[in-house]
Amino acid sequence: MTSATFRIWRGNRETGRFQDYTTPISEGMVVLDAVHRIQADQANDLAVRWNCKAGKCGSCSAEINGNPKLMCMTRLDTIDLSQPVTVEPMRAFPLIKDLVTDVSWNFRVKEGIKPFKPRKPDAPDGTWRISQREVDRVQEFRKCIECFLCQDVCHILRDHHLHSEFIGPRFLLYSAALEMHPLDTEDRLKDLKDKNGIGYCNITRCCTKVCPEHITITENAIIPLKERVVDEFYDPLSKLLRVFRS
Amino acid sequence: MLVIGAGGAGLRAAIEASAAGVKVGLICKSLLGKAHTVMAEGGIAAALANVDERDSWKVHFADTMRGGQYVNNWRMAELHAKEAPDRVRELEAWGALFDRTSDGRILQRNFGGHKYPRLAHVGDRTGLEMIRTLQDHGIHRGLDVHMEFTVVTLLTEGSRVVGAFGYERERGRFKAFKAKAVVLATGGIGRAFRITSNSWEGTGDGHGLAYEVGAELIDMEFVQFHPTGMIWPPSVQGILVTEGVRGEGGVLRNSEGRRFMFDDIPENYRSQTADNPEEGWRYTQGDKNARRPPELLTRDHVARCIVREIKEGRGSKHGGVYLDIAWIKEKLPNAPDHIRRKLPSMYHQFKELAGIDITTEAMEVGPTTHYVMGGVRVDADTQMSTLPGLFAAGECAAGINGANRLGGNSLSDLLVFGKRAGEYAADFAKKNGTVKLDERQIETATSRALAPFERGAAAENPFKIQQDLQGTMQDLVGIVRMENEMVQALARVAEYKKRAENAGVTGHREYHTGWHTALDLRNLLIVSEAITLSAIDRKESRGGHFRQDYPDKAAPFGTLNIVTKKAPDGSMQVSHVPLQEMPSELKQVIDENK
Repeated sequence: MTSATFRIWRGNRETGRFQDYTTPISEGMVVLDAVHRIQADQANDLAVRWNCKAGKCGSCSAEINGNPKLMCMTRLDTIDLSQPVTVEPMRAFPLIKDLVTDVSWNFRVKEGIKPFKPRKPDAPDGTWRISQREVDRVQEFRKCIECFLCQDVCHILRDHHLHSEFIGPRFLLYSAALEMHPLDTEDRLKDLKDKNGIGYCNITRCCTKVCPEHITITENAIIPLKERVVDEFYDPLSKLLRVFRS
Repeated sequence: MLVIGAGGAGLRAAIEASAAGVKVGLICKSLLGKAHTVMAEGGIAAALANVDERDSWKVHFADTMRGGQYVNNWRMAELHAKEAPDRVRELEAWGALFDRTSDGRILQRNFGGHKYPRLAHVGDRTGLEMIRTLQDHGIHRGLDVHMEFTVVTLLTEGSRVVGAFGYERERGRFKAFKAKAVVLATGGIGRAFRITSNSWEGTGDGHGLAYEVGAELIDMEFVQFHPTGMIWPPSVQGILVTEGVRGEGGVLRNSEGRRFMFDDIPENYRSQTADNPEEGWRYTQGDKNARRPPELLTRDHVARCIVREIKEGRGSKHGGVYLDIAWIKEKLPNAPDHIRRKLPSMYHQFKELAGIDITTEAMEVGPTTHYVMGGVRVDADTQMSTLPGLFAAGECAAGINGANRLGGNSLSDLLVFGKRAGEYAADFAKKNGTVKLDERQIETATSRALAPFERGAAAENPFKIQQDLQGTMQDLVGIVRMENEMVQALARVAEYKKRAENAGVTGHREYHTGWHTALDLRNLLIVSEAITLSAIDRKESRGGHFRQDYPDKAAPFGTLNIVTKKAPDGSMQVSHVPLQEMPSELKQVIDENK
């Protein structure tokens, strides 16, 4: 059995440093397996968040050799093991310990987005009729596993720290899923413009590149939302209509 | 009131209780929305009759009882079959988007043991859709959510459960909750076994917590080994491969290329099962006159057939069998696209973790510990345990599934009984007076929780104890059981208990996984002992419980459930409780659907 070295961030809110661990590796292993092996054999107190180990829950987000990834879906045979593999926590969020970050901001942001509000049922038995095509259109957005890697790479959050003015790609995607939900009747466009900072996004597509679910966040969710906001608030014709109406 | 666990059952209970006007605390062992429900793939079983108008609650009820080999709590099976359709429609009203029929209603798919297409689904990520819908609905209902919090003990006043005590993971700080009613919704026990589809959370917390304060557990011998888990590469061993693959036409083959499931069709399913591959294929494509292929027999049976093939030397390269969906290209023009659309996360999972393209190659699969039918003994209507103020719902409660659970009946169980637990716990909280916490109980729990730090690193490594326990349960109390092996397992569990008393860790309490593992051991050991004792006691084979030394069903065991309970001297006591007499109208329903 061969072995590989992992350079793992060890630290807390105040301080931290990389520490090297060498551990045996075998066929098919992913980074999370290596971290678990290190935890069991060498560092019982190493903090790492994980659940499903199959890319479905979005808990084990980290930066592996500088790339934002799910540890459970990153196979060792896709990484150069001749060098130590660096494993760091997501850098856009405050550190709790080692590889675990405080992502509670995301949960607070979600609460601030207007919830789903369905139209009246279509049938007397209280049910709706929806075509598969309408379902398919938003299904992509609903695949999101809330790993927050898109938030981690978004420079508006990571570099400019505009957390109080910008909800980030995850919640633009969430807004899009609600806005394009075939039954939804709520209007979130004003909030998107005024409160949720959709204008900050300058479509650099970093979020789309790192999404482990391969959701085309920028093109399919954010750009259409931006267009809706523009149509609603900046279209000269509707602006004129609004003037007349008021 | 307090809800412990934030998967499907816990969230649904919390939403219901909150709607009843009760102040609700919701405890999540992980972050909100990461609970094991997220892993459910196939769908939610509910007799909506959207795809086949012959379906009804009666057929669903009869299917559930047959699947459970008639040791189910019939009242729970009845309530479940009757209420599941409303619970699914309610999810849609809260924003869930299911796949559709051509006339725009909720589409339903075939699944093992269900007579008609019954599972409402969204591709193969139904669990994610369900938990996200409940989560996003729940966060606007004024719930007091405590994430990454682990309960280590329930608090009592006399026999009444009045709160819970535990630690928050982030700083390792302790906290006690006072509650007029407590709902356990902690899920399963998979981590007691080496090969499992469960995450680290599945340590039988609700089972252990309830047992420790004197509640009864039943049916603990019934553990479901899902027939299809990934087996290669080793690091992904146990990860679930949805039954939906077989529902969409996937077939099981051995190393000789034979569809071995046709070789052993149990008598009580023969009339419902296809006797040739062509008929089986037509069934998966919605032909109402066709019977289901044998790959869609109940999970216990399919798992045992797979074990037989492997043991008799007809296994696949890495010691499993082949599950092939790629073959449908012989039948469908756009098979690869069809597979990717119907089974997107399976496609993704095999592509990324095993380097296999399931549209062109067969998968290698083998059984994995998936689900426990046993759990806290509850009243069917209210979900209250044998202790006042303590309720349980979902996987940690027992009764609905009997000896074996049908695929798809878990998500519906979470919704139906989560709602009921929330409703009746809220009612209990309103009707019963204020409670007081006993400081001595909190002090005892605190010093016990801190003991691993006092013992330090020179003591036993908790991870090592956990691994040894998992190996023992896997090898000696697994799919095929023998009395002498289980007696051996019992002796080893006793030894692990002593070692667990000596587990030690160093460092600080902040997010310390070694410490958490040391504390989780207690529940895992309780669950392991309960499974082993109950399995020794049931001297027959039924559903998920297979005894090589008693390979047949024994009628006397068809009339009872096995109870495990903590005796006054602290030992685990095993007893029998007779099944309640089924009302004649339900017997008739079963006869009509034979």
